[in-house]
Amino acid sequence: MTFSWSYFIGLFPQLIKYIPLTLIMAVVAMLISVVLGGLLTLVQLYAARPFQLLVKLYVSFFRGIPTLVLLFIVYYGLPEISPVFKGVSALTAAIAGLGVKESAYLIEIFRAGIASVDQGQIEAGEALNFSFVRIFTSIVLPQAALNALPATGNTFVSLLKETSLAFALGVTEIFADGKLLASASLRFFEVYVAVGLIYWVMIIIYTWLQKRVEERLSRPYRRVVADAINSSEQSSSAV
Amino acid sequence: MPLIQVNNLAVQFSKRKVLKNINLTVEEGSVTAIVGPSGSGKTTLLRTLNLLQTPSEGSVEVAGVQVEANKLNKAVTRQIRAQSTMVFQQFNLFKNLTALENVMSPLIYNKVATFDEAKAQALKVLRDFDLEKIADQYPVTLSGGQQQRVSIARAIVSKPKVVLFDEPTSALDPEMVSGVLNAIAKLAKQHITMVIVTHEIEFARQIADQAIFVEDGEILAQGPANEILSSTGSGRIADFVNSLENRGQPETANVVEGHTPTNQHRFKVISNRQSVATGIQANQ
Repeated sequence: MTFSWSYFIGLFPQLIKYIPLTLIMAVVAMLISVVLGGLLTLVQLYAARPFQLLVKLYVSFFRGIPTLVLLFIVYYGLPEISPVFKGVSALTAAIAGLGVKESAYLIEIFRAGIASVDQGQIEAGEALNFSFVRIFTSIVLPQAALNALPATGNTFVSLLKETSLAFALGVTEIFADGKLLASASLRFFEVYVAVGLIYWVMIIIYTWLQKRVEERLSRPYRRVVADAINSSEQSSSAV
Repeated sequence: MPLIQVNNLAVQFSKRKVLKNINLTVEEGSVTAIVGPSGSGKTTLLRTLNLLQTPSEGSVEVAGVQVEANKLNKAVTRQIRAQSTMVFQQFNLFKNLTALENVMSPLIYNKVATFDEAKAQALKVLRDFDLEKIADQYPVTLSGGQQQRVSIARAIVSKPKVVLFDEPTSALDPEMVSGVLNAIAKLAKQHITMVIVTHEIEFARQIADQAIFVEDGEILAQGPANEILSSTGSGRIADFVNSLENRGQPETANVVEGHTPTNQHRFKVISNRQSVATGIQANQ
């Protein structure tokens, strides 16, 4: 069997129908993980010792088990424990599982971001009699968020790819649809290369967007860029 | 009238006492210079005055707010800090804010002024320090001297009763020093109470009313600045003062300041500082 270009190209209109679902899964899971990860980072940094240890355990556990196993625990396992989980759809279970798993990675990233803000600025805030909350929200957080952005973006990239695991719970997303198409046509190579390409292009676009955002946000901290802005402002005001 | 009163203060890092038996008084409107060798505890002493450093014994009183070492809590810490501000060796400007926003921050974050009032006050202070044109620049784009002057502006914009300076010129390139010293001298003329940890002996002699010499965590001498910081005479303090005045020069060369033919750079720096000092004298 030779590579069929016509079949290959004909796959895309069918497969891209599932891009919105994949993006929704990735974005919602990311939002869950940022909120959860952010709150647990605060617990780990500022709460009482027993709570800090619980967060450590959380990080260790969710980083330590395979994502697929976690998704099976959430979708197939939890309904056995409590009837509350019985009505949970496969899509919801996949999003929740991925969100929780990524939050464990984000805790480490956020913690490093906060630690990267130098103590001197915090002391300056204290010496100026700012409240703890004020120092955190107005001084530490904006700088920590910027420092954590590249690594957080990488987490999103892996999350976007891991949404393909949702096929195992019966969610029909890009990969699951590809499997159906491949088993019907038996042209596995064309189908899976097409599926792979779609993920690749999504990630290229996302990476480009993130780079733009990073450049924009880091302007205050970059001498070269700031100088360029200054000189362009000066020349424009001269005109 | 004493504005700061420290009684029997001690500070302990794990088992080592870095400050012991410290008693000092700072009069309102006066300038106090704290001098001493590196590691003597002078920065620690300064930091206990606004409780960035926690004292282990004794008491600190600033503008009528008294705190005992064993009765520290958040409320009293903030009451003490409301009386003073600090200028740091490494400037410690908020990197996510422009120069203007840095200077506005004490007024806005402590809710003592509206945004427009804060902006007007901050711009006025920046203008006083000749920093108006860099108001919208971020700290990373400023020179060390500019950053330090912005941080002085930030410290005084809320009109604190006391400004604490922790080696304000030690991290600066030599040619930046005089600008910062000028800014501090300007405050001295306005009779703002200041406590300055410094190695700029000549400067301290010119602007300080009182000098405190700290060594090994204890106050070795305390008195009028021109007496304590005198390089004539003998003894530990005179030796120290002399060693600072002759730094950067061959130990054997007993040259007069400002007339070092072998070191043009040093010559320029010293004459800068002297012009600062004589400028103050002329204005007094």
